[in-house]
Amino acid sequence: MTTLYSVPQVDEDDAPPARPRTPRRIRSFTPEDRFAAVGSVLASLALVDVAYLHIFYFSGLLGFLLCWYVAYLVVYGVVVSLANPRPIVVERLVTSTLYLASAVVVLALGSTVVYIFAKGWRALVHVNFFTHDMAGVSPTAPLTQGGILHAIVGTVIEVGIAVAVSVPLGIGTAVYMTEVRGRGSKLVRTVVESMTALPEILAGLFVYVVLIIEFGLSKTGLAVSAAMAVTMVPIIARAGEVALRVVPGGLREASSALGATHWKTVVRVVLPSAAAGLVTATILAIARGIGETAIPLICSGASSFMNTNPVQEPMNSLPLYIYTAYTTHESLAITRAFGAASVLMTMVLVLFVTARFLVRDKKVRR
Amino acid sequence: MKVSLDGIGFPGGAARPDAGAGARAGESAPAGLDALGVCAWFGRTQVLDDVNLSVTPASVTALIGPSGCGKSTFLRILNRMHESTEGAQMAGEVFLNGEDVYGPGHRLTDVRKQIGMVFQKPNPFPSMSIADNVTAGLGLTNTKVSRSDRVDLIEECLTRAGLWNEVKDRLERPGAALSGGQQQRLCIARSLAVRPKVLLMDEPCSALDPTSTRRIEDTIAELQEDVTIVIVTHNMQQATRVSQRAAFFLAEPGRPGGIIEQGDTVDLFEHPRDERTSDYVNGRFG
Amino acid sequence: MTTTVDLAPSPTPPSEPRAPRRLSPGLQPSDRIFHGGATVIGMVVLALTGAIGLFLGYQSIPTLHTYGLHFFTETQWLPELNKIGIAAVLVGTVEVALVAMVVSFPLALMLALFITDYAPKRIKSWLISTVDLMAAVPSIIYGLWGFYLLQPHAINVARFLSQYVGWFPVFHVDTDPNAAVWQQSRYTSSAFIAGLAVAMMAIPLACAIMRGVFDQAPLGEREAAMALGGTRFGVARTVVLPFAKGGVIGGTMLALGRALGETAAVLIIISPAYDIKPRILEAGTQTTSALIAGNFGNATKSQLSALLTAGFVLFVITLGVNSIAAVFIRRSRSGAGTEI
Repeated sequence: MTTLYSVPQVDEDDAPPARPRTPRRIRSFTPEDRFAAVGSVLASLALVDVAYLHIFYFSGLLGFLLCWYVAYLVVYGVVVSLANPRPIVVERLVTSTLYLASAVVVLALGSTVVYIFAKGWRALVHVNFFTHDMAGVSPTAPLTQGGILHAIVGTVIEVGIAVAVSVPLGIGTAVYMTEVRGRGSKLVRTVVESMTALPEILAGLFVYVVLIIEFGLSKTGLAVSAAMAVTMVPIIARAGEVALRVVPGGLREASSALGATHWKTVVRVVLPSAAAGLVTATILAIARGIGETAIPLICSGASSFMNTNPVQEPMNSLPLYIYTAYTTHESLAITRAFGAASVLMTMVLVLFVTARFLVRDKKVRR
Repeated sequence: MKVSLDGIGFPGGAARPDAGAGARAGESAPAGLDALGVCAWFGRTQVLDDVNLSVTPASVTALIGPSGCGKSTFLRILNRMHESTEGAQMAGEVFLNGEDVYGPGHRLTDVRKQIGMVFQKPNPFPSMSIADNVTAGLGLTNTKVSRSDRVDLIEECLTRAGLWNEVKDRLERPGAALSGGQQQRLCIARSLAVRPKVLLMDEPCSALDPTSTRRIEDTIAELQEDVTIVIVTHNMQQATRVSQRAAFFLAEPGRPGGIIEQGDTVDLFEHPRDERTSDYVNGRFG
Repeated sequence: MTTTVDLAPSPTPPSEPRAPRRLSPGLQPSDRIFHGGATVIGMVVLALTGAIGLFLGYQSIPTLHTYGLHFFTETQWLPELNKIGIAAVLVGTVEVALVAMVVSFPLALMLALFITDYAPKRIKSWLISTVDLMAAVPSIIYGLWGFYLLQPHAINVARFLSQYVGWFPVFHVDTDPNAAVWQQSRYTSSAFIAGLAVAMMAIPLACAIMRGVFDQAPLGEREAAMALGGTRFGVARTVVLPFAKGGVIGGTMLALGRALGETAAVLIIISPAYDIKPRILEAGTQTTSALIAGNFGNATKSQLSALLTAGFVLFVITLGVNSIAAVFIRRSRSGAGTEI
């Protein structure tokens, strides 16, 4: 004999379900466990406080934190093992350690960002910081004089030219590698991939020796842009190749089946599909280019005056300005350096958020 | 075959009596499973509503029904695998020998040790040899076993899974270097090594050829005296071949699924009381 | 009753076996231009990027000609005395990079494992963004951070290490760590501190790759480990980590390659010193990129050539490391879908 259970039929949608059910809260980390964790943290803190400071007379914050961590592991390990078998003890200790490792990394990044802004704040409050350049202003001059406008403009111009050159070249190479797939594409891919490993200083050195020494050009913004492009093109090409490769082949076939030429397929179908990935790759390459120090150091001069002409005269840029201000070791100059670093950091943040936003936006629309 | 498991230290584990199948009482006696009012959600979508099922110890129970009506979800609720999915929730109780496995006193890892699972797609660990695969569960649950016991355990589990003769000469070969049917039997052996009280099988033969399927069905028949088995299957003939009891799941379009009818397998197939059950077992849909 | 169907009369079989037909797709003119244009761009990029490597190599010839193998054994960099060599510089480069890797490998691994297997959903996406942001921060900013914020604390750690494990050559510092007023300047500007700053750049790179391979660990195997009663860490060490071995090694080596070529942060932190010493906690070291950046300005033609040679050596090393990394990643189980 079998037992019947009534599952509500389709036509009985007026009848309420027999027992309204709500999901059950399943806790794998009970309040007891929470108590054990918090208790261990406090207990280990107390232990280390006594031992570190009053028994052993150690000094230094980092050492204290390290000892606290070790003590916490021991205390928590013992506490957990009182009620749980070994795999669970191991699991809890590992989980704590992973949380801590992540916190350390996040703290390191956070401290970087906060510190830069905190030290640069005094320079940033002055409007002249953004509207003047350092022409005629000595490094020890008070913060009400001078500014980094020339560096900001320089960075924008140099990166702008570099982007204008490297985006077409990079995406073109990516298209060559994925769409056209000529006989040389394997070689191109290998070389491009190895070039992403090129340290920026070598790109700068290459441009310096070839353009400046051999061809006798002077140190200009254009030289910096050229070297930047050398580092940016492989990044865009490689990331672009990935973005293009991910576009489903079915789309290309559908376009061909409609009678489109390869060119039209690429421009109308493939590139728009890969647009998010390509734009992200470009933005990240730009963020990388903006922050490069060694290239402007080698290919350009740290001028103190505003220069919007990339083919004549040296052009300062933010990273270069920061470095040269730092080397003076004068406190006001260093404050200016931190101010410039804050501006640089903000630029990178804005680019980064934009890249994230563009990707997310596409996802929402789909 | 005599296997001494003194060193394993299972709760209630005295030295077991000798001999073959049947007398493995004590540590891991096959247990009964009772599901009461089980509901399941994925996010806000409810996929199971008010499922009640009683599984008798040392038997094979088949869960049948068309695809998408929640059989596998229900199975995964029995061994608390359902909650590992992002956004998944459940309600109701699942009693193993009278104790709710979702209750506060029960550790997730212990529940899964006592209620094992074999999956649809065989998944031996490729980085381990066949022998290490069998004992993988011991390492994961930190169960200590002496070296001689380990060798005996491997032989016992592989024999019970019906794989020993085929692999006894190559136990050190990688676990993935076997055919699909062999891999699945290896997974069964692996599940057996932790001495579960219940073994859940989620369409274990659907990815296999008929010969392997038959071998595994033979294995199920031999295992059922020591381990309670709940098997989800699409194949009605398989259900009649291996199970004593069966439960028919169904979900109306857009509504959560549940059990329409359950009982002895023979009765369910030959004298179904619900029209939908009758339609399904006679192949009018599915 | 059965019906028979007459097939169409079969043609006489061909006397010889059929060969495939040759189809000439015949590109449209616009496509010809497109393909040609893309090829040109590809070749231009190939030429330019390949030229750098060749150029650096070519420029090294006069230097190697002049100094021969002494270039690799000489530690001093004194162009005026015609004594130049990159022995100390290479050692310094490796030391800084190794410190960076020793610090970043465990942190990146733990961070990647945390993100893929442990982090609650809300924290996970936020953490991924943070790590990606970390990769975008310019190296000069990490240099400033390392020099002004980190160094004062790091020298305490350095002193502690030299106090208690100073008998080991690596941790020894040529000063008395137990003195009441200890010489702080002997611990600043060291390879150790530079390595810590470089680690900030290595961590996000290694973490991103490791995270990519951890994500690819097959769900079926993970579930099998869970169903056997494994804890999260049990699943990680039984399934995820063995699966991801190749990616972990490859990601670490890629980060190492980056660390070897790092310039700005190192420039800010270290004070140049040209001797081969294992004492990373001690002040003074030199890396290849810092050497080039610091000395190119006053370099004569031959000195420039020497710097280029040093650059070429750095390039070869970086290239080698990256190629090995790529091999590890591609050959491993996790390699198929990983983009580096």
